[in-house]
Amino acid sequence: MSIRLEHLNYIYSPKTAYEKHALKDICLEIPDGEFVGIIGHTGSGKSTLIQHFNGLIKATDGKLFYNEENIYEPGYNMKNLRNEVGLVFQYPEHQLFEIDVMTDVCFGPKNQGLSTEECKERALIALELVGLKEKYYHSSPFELSGGQKRRAAIAGVLAMRPKVLVLDEPTAGLDPKGRDDILDQVAYLHKQTGMTVILVSHSMEDIARYADRIIVMNHGEVMYNDAPRAVFAHYRELEQAGLAAPQVTYIMHDLKERGLPVDISVTTVSEAADEIMKALGGKDLGNTAAENRALRNRTPEAGALSNKTLEKIR
Amino acid sequence: MSMIQAEKLVFEYEKRDEDGNVVGTSRAIDGVDIDAREGQFVAVLGHNGSGKSTFAKHLNAILVPTDGTVWVDGRNTKEPEELWHVRQAAGMVFQNPDNQIIGTVVEEDVGFGPENLGVPTDEIWQRVEESLKAVGMISYRHHSPNKLSGGQKQRVAIAGVVAMEPKCIVLDEPTAMLDPVGRKEVLKTVQRLREEKKVTVILITHYMEEVVDADKIYVMDHGKVAMEGTPKEIFSQVEKLKEYRLDVPQVTILADELKRRGLDIPAGILQKEELADCISSMILQDNSQRTEMDG
Repeated sequence: MSIRLEHLNYIYSPKTAYEKHALKDICLEIPDGEFVGIIGHTGSGKSTLIQHFNGLIKATDGKLFYNEENIYEPGYNMKNLRNEVGLVFQYPEHQLFEIDVMTDVCFGPKNQGLSTEECKERALIALELVGLKEKYYHSSPFELSGGQKRRAAIAGVLAMRPKVLVLDEPTAGLDPKGRDDILDQVAYLHKQTGMTVILVSHSMEDIARYADRIIVMNHGEVMYNDAPRAVFAHYRELEQAGLAAPQVTYIMHDLKERGLPVDISVTTVSEAADEIMKALGGKDLGNTAAENRALRNRTPEAGALSNKTLEKIR
Repeated sequence: MSMIQAEKLVFEYEKRDEDGNVVGTSRAIDGVDIDAREGQFVAVLGHNGSGKSTFAKHLNAILVPTDGTVWVDGRNTKEPEELWHVRQAAGMVFQNPDNQIIGTVVEEDVGFGPENLGVPTDEIWQRVEESLKAVGMISYRHHSPNKLSGGQKQRVAIAGVVAMEPKCIVLDEPTAMLDPVGRKEVLKTVQRLREEKKVTVILITHYMEEVVDADKIYVMDHGKVAMEGTPKEIFSQVEKLKEYRLDVPQVTILADELKRRGLDIPAGILQKEELADCISSMILQDNSQRTEMDG
């Protein structure tokens, strides 16, 4: 079960003065349950790419298979695809419109044809999932803060119970705490439900911290498609493509040049600290491997889900 | 001399119900004192809803104080007759480049500001050329802004402000929507304006890395100034910053972590080079100790 793209091309406004070849011969596979990061300069084709995943944009040519079915075959059930692949756009809070948060989150499931009770139940779970406090459920979505609005908007997509969650720069414009909260929550959700997560971001640090694999887009083509360490090892090429490596990667390169025998492929702060301590040969007072694992799997602050809730969404 | 001075600034906005009746007031800024001297680079940090953007809007009189005073280049923003002077002294750059570009050709867009100030045509062209050079976009002068990258658009937006020759530029999260290189381009441009044109810069951002060179940082929380100091003073207080929903640069986190693990590293490291220097001096020390033992 997966999303698979075969030689996919997309051209905006073909045969006009504005013709733009936005995606060029894309071949990709995103298996079920993976946490994939997509990075790329502005205009590299990231957003165009992800809009193909639920059929919002139809490829000019090439194939897109969802669970081994070509979605461009006549008679393909597009509605079902859109129920299973949930897309959270950039600045999703601009799409909030209902009189209160609860009604807004119910909008998706309502359109799926579910009964009022089912909609409400799903909305409650979705709101719990994004960690929005109960006192806001009946507030106007426009009275919420930026971070809360964004949570409400993400809940609206989660209430449709997607199997694949695609987020286009979900943390742009949020303060550091809001950014960590939302990403921790998504990571927790990913772990608890096995949902596939596709995260588009301009923050190399965030991508390095959360993604199992990174797809790098450059001028409409896939430039790299590999594990974070392998991708960020190409930091010079990434800079050419409008990107960068996480700050720690640069520090490690600098230290290596100065003669400290460190592994330059590390991408997160705790890995970097481990490496430096090892290279200095000092006694490491840091976390044990078990402690690190616990830290990585930390429960988001907004609270863990009850077993009952987890049972329902799995 | 102060370029920007806010004294006991208070701003309240009215809450209205659906029929437009006032149902109460909400205090977005609550007694803020902020001061930026001519040529300084001052950063304002704070979580979403802390009041920093509301503050920024006071600097060119988009909003005027409910109470207290804001002086821009010595002029009180509350005085209607000072409005044009204030707006000419302080130029604003916002988050979304697409909302700030109105021209169909880059040079026309940049000329829009000075044209509105009634600058003679010859001088407009001169200013357009100069400001596009200052932001490194002169080779795009005849391009359509639509086809530019986010970072390039944002630099054109900055050029549009520069062409009005403000003494002060206020940037409200100018890099939030940009990729890493776009972010770097914008910051370099700002840096250059400071050096070459001695422009006072007020930068509002959520990226801690961007403010390590600031002369002064203000941290806002719930409409008040919660912290004030140099980057070193501010970023050495990791726990306190976290309380205000903020963070420190990644290199500072790494330095902190190494310190916690027993390395002798000073607090408040902000630059990659600083940390690398610090660690390589340990290698040197280590080597010389070994040589002594061998001898």
